[in-house]
Amino acid sequence: MEPIAKKSLIGQRVPKPDAPDKATGRTTYINDMVLPKMLYGKILHAGRPHALIKNIDVSAAKALPGVHAVLTAADVPEMFFGVGRDNRPLKGGKVRCVRDEVAAVAAESEELCDEALRLIKVEYEDLPAVFDPAEGAKEGAPLIHDNKPGNRSLAYQFKHGDVAAAEASSDVVIDSVFNVHYVTHCCMGTSCVIADFDCDGKLTIYSQTQYPYNFKMDLAPALGIHPGDIRVIQPPVGGAFGSKLDVYPFEPVCALLAQAARRPVKLTFSREEEFINAPTRQPVRIHMRTGAKKDGTLTFRKVDCLLNNGAYTSWGPTVPFVMMRTFSSHFRVPNVDIDCRAIYTNNPYAGSFRGYGNVQATYATSIHADMMAEKLGMDLLTFSLKNAQKSGEVTPQGARLNECVFAECLQKAADVTDFTAKHARYAAERNKPGRIKRGIGMASSIHNAGGAKIHKSDGCGTMIKLDDYARATVITGASEIGQGIDAVICQVVAEELGIPMSDITIVNNDSAIAPWDVGVHASRTTFIAGNAAQRAARKAREQMLNAASKRANMPADALDLREGWVVHDSDGTPVLKIDKLLREMHFSREPELVMVSEYYEPPSEPENKEHVGDMSAAYSHAVHVAEVEVDTETGEIRIVKFTSVQDVGRVINEMGLEAQLEGGIVMGIGYALSEELKIVNGQVRNPSFRDYKVLTAPEIPPMELHFIESHSSTGPMGAKGIAELPTIVPAPAIANAVYNAIGIRFFDPPMTPEKVARAIWERDSKLAAAE
Amino acid sequence: MTAKVDISFTLNGHLKKVSVPIDMSALTMLRDMLGMTGTKLACGEGECGACTILVDGVSLNSCLMYAAECDGRTVLTIEGLRTAAGLDPMQKAFVEKGAIQCGYCMPGMIMQAKYLADTKGKMTHEELQRGLEGNVCRCTGYKKVFDAVAAVVGVTE
Repeated sequence: MEPIAKKSLIGQRVPKPDAPDKATGRTTYINDMVLPKMLYGKILHAGRPHALIKNIDVSAAKALPGVHAVLTAADVPEMFFGVGRDNRPLKGGKVRCVRDEVAAVAAESEELCDEALRLIKVEYEDLPAVFDPAEGAKEGAPLIHDNKPGNRSLAYQFKHGDVAAAEASSDVVIDSVFNVHYVTHCCMGTSCVIADFDCDGKLTIYSQTQYPYNFKMDLAPALGIHPGDIRVIQPPVGGAFGSKLDVYPFEPVCALLAQAARRPVKLTFSREEEFINAPTRQPVRIHMRTGAKKDGTLTFRKVDCLLNNGAYTSWGPTVPFVMMRTFSSHFRVPNVDIDCRAIYTNNPYAGSFRGYGNVQATYATSIHADMMAEKLGMDLLTFSLKNAQKSGEVTPQGARLNECVFAECLQKAADVTDFTAKHARYAAERNKPGRIKRGIGMASSIHNAGGAKIHKSDGCGTMIKLDDYARATVITGASEIGQGIDAVICQVVAEELGIPMSDITIVNNDSAIAPWDVGVHASRTTFIAGNAAQRAARKAREQMLNAASKRANMPADALDLREGWVVHDSDGTPVLKIDKLLREMHFSREPELVMVSEYYEPPSEPENKEHVGDMSAAYSHAVHVAEVEVDTETGEIRIVKFTSVQDVGRVINEMGLEAQLEGGIVMGIGYALSEELKIVNGQVRNPSFRDYKVLTAPEIPPMELHFIESHSSTGPMGAKGIAELPTIVPAPAIANAVYNAIGIRFFDPPMTPEKVARAIWERDSKLAAAE
Repeated sequence: MTAKVDISFTLNGHLKKVSVPIDMSALTMLRDMLGMTGTKLACGEGECGACTILVDGVSLNSCLMYAAECDGRTVLTIEGLRTAAGLDPMQKAFVEKGAIQCGYCMPGMIMQAKYLADTKGKMTHEELQRGLEGNVCRCTGYKKVFDAVAAVVGVTE
């Protein structure tokens, strides 16, 4: 046998293990599933923003052959659920937004469901409605929930230092109002759930959820059953992006239908229903005031945020948790005063969405950085470097920035794009003749990259077993929703155990099998589940090396596991095949199986009541540079080149990392340029891909990605979480580039051609009038 | 009761004889009657391309096509691309280039890519981008999709 050299899988380009099945149509997504005896469910939505329900007549629907259950609020216990415990599966008394679930049916086909819904007669008495949170907060505004005076929902404040004194000592102060808009996730697989009760009243729910364990806890109150009596199965899903981080009414409604019909029931949204009834990103009015000294040192930020809560409280109105972090820690800000409040309205409601508040906050902080640099007569790079934190600094909210490479990211982004010279040149060319104007813009942000302790636990459990053929099964709490944790876990475990990745099976889709995890959110999975997998694998490795040490009569630390063999660590000489070792361990006189478990809880702490705490085990930065062309006649913005520099800790799967960044950036560009869910008087006006414009292939710019490896001391193999920053930073980078090109600021994305052309026309009309 | 029509057509190399309601879409027939769930329903109105199939070698949205229109024609779905020899080179390239994340749009995307490869062969990057404009993907940002098609057919700048 030839010696086996040490080779690392870390940093390699690894295809997703589930990709072949997905590429061939073999994968059965939840939307494809059919269970024996399964019925279909459908919901009757209110379609009006605010009204009393005077009467519901379901008799004709019930009489339709093939209909097995018809439910209204009168048929089910009055159970409240949701982040604000203000939502019910089926609404009685009154409806508060167009989404409201008024009745539901289970029948033998979807067509029969539709027919039954048409037979349900609801009499409404419309009520005065309110759609603007500022109006909703006024005295005398229509009250949405009787027990929520002033329509007040969640509120958050954070203060640090002395903002008034800082303002008095500032040389420059800028003040702007940003209005960031409604967008929605547009998962390609529409919302879908299958519920099935057994004879003991225990529920098996096939769900798209990206947080299976808290899902049980959050679903139980909607049904009045014990969370322990819920088993969550997670079939493959067609995207999530944060939209499946809460329980939404269709899920308990489906379970109630299954309970009533005593049959499995599947409920799937049509694309139109998805646009109208799925969560959105939280819109926010951000009033921000920023001060600086002449030398560029930031002195304070004062921020007032007004959030349109919509009719019920999902995760949307909790985004100030993350927005406040950005306001207080994107750059070194010695004094901050932040006040955020959400007001109930009769609009649909927001949930969590990739970036979680930071998309909104960074739009403001990064545009203000550009405005401040201009006002100070500094270039943006110099201004940014002056205020970029260094390793070891602690932010006002207590984030400890270890392994901080913000300055390196800024410098690299400027160097590779020739940012400063181009920025000056395009600004100088702005007022010369010519229809097409070019601009370059830079933006940056900070985000948690080592989980986020927003629950009591931010941990992940992992179990590993090896069989007699050296095949490993990794049972992990971490969900796979397309993001690629399957590849990362295979790499980490294969690296430790010296077996091929193809010999690893991941089991992670059944809450009755896999241990606790908080879910796929907060860019946490590679960091948290990766750490858990690595620690579990190290336990298995230690057990195997100890057994091999006895057989080879060598100390365990002189041995290594490589390519299916136990080898001498020093020169790679093969000693024993790993599968043989495992059989010998198993069938010996002192038999042992390799089956280990690990529970990893990151070294982070929840925020205290004042919103201070080191809530993530790592933080990272990204800097984006967009180079654009603006057609001053049509208002079209074309991105010529998009460059991203991000602190990734350490590259684990280079291909998966690129894929997450590219997908995230394109989502961020769509947010900036074209995507907007138009909600007018509480109604969604563009519920189709025809009218809600996500980016398609022709609009994809050349992208250049640079990874800075800061080697997190707490991350698995040094890695940090990566998946939200790419969506967070593009919009302000583009807005700053557009300003560089045409000299107009856009405080209210998206920068659609109509909006841009109008702004240019208005500016030019004013100039002409002045002359 | 909706009237039905008897049709026969070739599906992935096999002759199929079925009786379909006259108002049923080809997509519904494939998914609900024939169990070919590889082809996806994502919008049902021809806006996203997830249901793309090849009919007589031409790509189209099966959600907009009546099942009855399949009569006498040759239909290829994502399931038909994989043969005893293994994955189609296009499927393989999508796997190896990392073009698949959630993968829900990918059966349609791969069928469209296959159509482009079969009919155009080598193309410019702009032609490739234009050629895929009817297929929405929310995960990948399309870059790895371009890489995959380029690996199969060759794409010039």
